[in-house]
Amino acid sequence: MNENKNTRVVIGMSGGVDSSVAALLLKEQGYDVVGIFMKNWDDTDEFGVCTATEDFDDVVRVCNQLDIPYYSVNFEKEYWDKVFTYFLDEYKAGRTPNPDVMCNKEIKFKAFLDHAVSLGADYLATGHYAQVRRDNGKVELLRGVDENKDQTYFLNQLSSDVLAKVMFPLGHLQKSKVREIALQHNLATATKKDSTGICFIGERNFKEFLSEYLPAQPGEMQTLTGEVMGTHDGLMYYTIGQRQGLGIGGPGEPWFVVGKNLEENVLYVEQSYGNDYLYSDSLIATDLNWINPEEIKSSFSCTAKFRYRQKDSKVNVTILEDGKVHVEFAEPQRAITPGQAVVFYDGEVCLGGGTIDKVIKNEQHLDYVG
Amino acid sequence: MEAIYLDHAATTPMDKKVAEVMTAIYQETYGNPSSVHSQGRKARKQLDEARRLTASSIGANEKEIYFTSGGTEADNLALIGTALANREKGNHIITTAQEHHAVLHTAEYLETLGFEITYLPTDESGRISPEVVEAALREDTILVSIMFVNNETGVIQPIKEIGAVLQGHHTYFHTDAVQAYGLLELDVDELGIDLLTTSAHKINGPKGIGFLYARDSVMMQNLMFGGEQERKRRAGTENVAAIVGFKEAVQLNIDEREARNLAYEQYKAQFIEQLKSEGIDFSLNGDQEHAISTIVNISFPGTNVEQVLTNLDLEGIAASSGSACTAGSVEPSHVLSAMFGDDNPCTTNSIRFSFGSANTEENVIEAAKRVAKIIKRLTKQGK
Repeated sequence: MNENKNTRVVIGMSGGVDSSVAALLLKEQGYDVVGIFMKNWDDTDEFGVCTATEDFDDVVRVCNQLDIPYYSVNFEKEYWDKVFTYFLDEYKAGRTPNPDVMCNKEIKFKAFLDHAVSLGADYLATGHYAQVRRDNGKVELLRGVDENKDQTYFLNQLSSDVLAKVMFPLGHLQKSKVREIALQHNLATATKKDSTGICFIGERNFKEFLSEYLPAQPGEMQTLTGEVMGTHDGLMYYTIGQRQGLGIGGPGEPWFVVGKNLEENVLYVEQSYGNDYLYSDSLIATDLNWINPEEIKSSFSCTAKFRYRQKDSKVNVTILEDGKVHVEFAEPQRAITPGQAVVFYDGEVCLGGGTIDKVIKNEQHLDYVG
Repeated sequence: MEAIYLDHAATTPMDKKVAEVMTAIYQETYGNPSSVHSQGRKARKQLDEARRLTASSIGANEKEIYFTSGGTEADNLALIGTALANREKGNHIITTAQEHHAVLHTAEYLETLGFEITYLPTDESGRISPEVVEAALREDTILVSIMFVNNETGVIQPIKEIGAVLQGHHTYFHTDAVQAYGLLELDVDELGIDLLTTSAHKINGPKGIGFLYARDSVMMQNLMFGGEQERKRRAGTENVAAIVGFKEAVQLNIDEREARNLAYEQYKAQFIEQLKSEGIDFSLNGDQEHAISTIVNISFPGTNVEQVLTNLDLEGIAASSGSACTAGSVEPSHVLSAMFGDDNPCTTNSIRFSFGSANTEENVIEAAKRVAKIIKRLTKQGK
């Protein structure tokens, strides 16, 4: 145990309960723990107040309780260039991006990892619910033990080289246990509410936020057969499968977004949750990352998630050229959304993932999906 | 690993003698100086003596010393107090782009009240030229506020020359002398100063105490309302122990000024010399011909401040840079931006080292070795 004192672990601390407990566990294991708060977004208001101030203050209080040094690092520029620009570009392209996946890939496990290494860190730790298995030089990403909290979906773009330098101290715990540990130790963040939504938007209204950066172009809502059902506020505000905010009244079942036509600025809507237009049987994904690429065959069966917190579905994966894959579903899937991640699993092992690009049914690209 | 403190411009260790006199006050002199009984008079006597000494330390009259909670409050009182009391004479205030935030943010507040503020520029020397001050003067200028020694670069401003330029104009001249007081000999009449800010904890005194000198003729409104302490300019029961501690620190500074300056100057020179001999790439920011003995601001090309400061602390070295934002991350220095322009890498790769009573020849050399090791490692990585 005492050998750990010569192992420096830099832990990314957000001011939330998860990273607080992760730091506590590392400290209890005797590591040389250094807490670092990342400031990725400048939301300073006209009074010079930013939400990061309070979060950093929580980091300070927890680190003082644990008696570990704490620092802050500013990645606002990197975040803007690598994550936010991508985020806006995807919306402009009519897709639904996943900034958390990009943030993990470009910021937390790249820029921040480099920073940690420059501080003499042997490992970088975070409060993610995921596990790293190290076995005879082989490094794998495993799901977190808490099925509800498992965050491997967001970590699908990491490489085994990166994971070799990473620790997830919470991966073997249930979230309820993490809260319990925080309370037992009276940590300053023990009863702090979990953050929700995308980090840079926070509790604000998503629509309002987006409209500050992208011009909204209202247009028609139509059925796929061309019947005009109303107007939309701008295509970027809608995602495939969405029910809320359409404002279509009338008799019968509720209405859902089934697709977008960017050229004509039309939002496609159809009636009922189980509408056939929402279903597909395969997809093409791009930007594939395999955590251990040497183990990936040209065609194989596994399970996949198409959204966070979705149950796994059985799929067949075929590797195509240019780092693309064709993913066939064992059962038709509802509301597969371009821009979101598709992540592959072999049992508990996360194999990697990519970005959903095209949605297919009966060997036809569903162009209306976008 | 021995911790080495190179951040005396942020604060200094309290002198043991200061702690002793303060402890004695806490234990024995508990009276309120305003009270009409013997315990009160005993405290009042201590207060009078402290006021007399601090006044004489800058060539002032004791009735011109107003004890405050420190430099920030003194700056606030100097700027807001005179601005509000002299509004009918004019609406224009001159300061500089490289002031401490205690002055800059107060000036910004005065702008919201309708005052017009001119922020004078500087150049790579970090000095404010008297000609630039003169050119900015207007008929309605009521206050000029220019710091004595810049807290980030250590550059000493031509205060006497600026004071001379202001002779014959009705404006008041304020200087934030927090980094100068104790080390430089100051005489308010010789320098033509009307208001002067000091702070005790920068000269081995206690935190939470400072004073504003305001020439007897200065019209100044109080910002604190309540009792009639400090000639009605600063209500609130006096912090007697801190004021007596401040007095002790001032006395020690008067007694040891030359020896201290010599020693600190030498620490700084040895530190820089050692960095040179380690063969790392660095440059000194600001006019070194006019630098205070305690402060040096060093640019390390190819690094960034957060990375260097964090590494320094992990290696036991306390230094600083610019000013931390409320979320802990380091903002580009507004002082270096004023000197070099916003986009100059110096604004994000410069570290302030400041020397003082916590140093020895050995520990500054050891510190320079650790600094060099870190800089070598970081620049080799080519990040």
